Amino acid sequence: MPPRKNQRPLDDTDFKILKTLQEDARQTYTAIGKRLDIAHTTVYDRIRRMEEKGVIRKYVAIVNEEKIDPGQITALMTIFTDPKESEKVAEKLGEYPQVLEVYTSLSEELLIIAKVVAENQEGLHDFIANMVAPLPGVLRIRTSIITKKFKENQFALIRDPKKLTEREQKNK
Amino acid sequence: MKDEMPVKPLKEVPREKAFYFFTSLGNYTGESATSLKEFADKVKLVNIKSLEFHLSRRDFEKWATEVLEDKDLAAKMVRLQTIGLTGELLRNRLYAMVSDHYNSLMYRYGKR
Repeated sequence: MPPRKNQRPLDDTDFKILKTLQEDARQTYTAIGKRLDIAHTTVYDRIRRMEEKGVIRKYVAIVNEEKIDPGQITALMTIFTDPKESEKVAEKLGEYPQVLEVYTSLSEELLIIAKVVAENQEGLHDFIANMVAPLPGVLRIRTSIITKKFKENQFALIRDPKKLTEREQKNK
Repeated sequence: MKDEMPVKPLKEVPREKAFYFFTSLGNYTGESATSLKEFADKVKLVNIKSLEFHLSRRDFEKWATEVLEDKDLAAKMVRLQTIGLTGELLRNRLYAMVSDHYNSLMYRYGKR
């Protein structure tokens, strides 16, 4: 289905701007324009449009947890659930401040994957034993403590924007 | 005439106070017990790693004291911990100890 008139799809320039913002969202329009060899007014227009469309949701500070609390640990919980209860379990997990991210996944069984932080290993175990295991519908839990972070990105462009643009051009 | 009944060890506890069997930190087996009777039944079937894990952390003793409020049982758990049993020997001894304790409570305070 071709895109609607006022919903122009993202093009190569938009993706380049997004990538640049991902590296440093505090750059000026002029700096981004210089880097990408485009006018700062174009950068401004594109960013404003992407904000309005919700492509750019917000600008946040990425905190280095190790600087705040060097002892803090991060873990990934895989929670096997009763399919009837999994939505409720996921929603409940989302209410806990210790839980940073919650996803559902379907493999052989319905799973919830959650990223959780705790002050130490004992605190992590207490949280899981007292707050997660008792939730109705939780069948089993596997927990992996993250020992080293190699990469963390919020966004990745996995489609070639040029091909995207060509295809979209055909749709116009 | 029966002695005054110690309510907790012979009753079910709420789900959030149940004993949850883990095999290691954060790894929940899916087995839990909301009563002493159920605890004994689960001892028979859970992964032996779980019994060893909780014994080393003194979790059985804590549950007996804080949830069941049964100091006698807690003291028996402590003795078991000091013996240092592992594997099926631990399972058998723990099951026998909890079952005997439960049966004696039932004999003294339960329905006859």
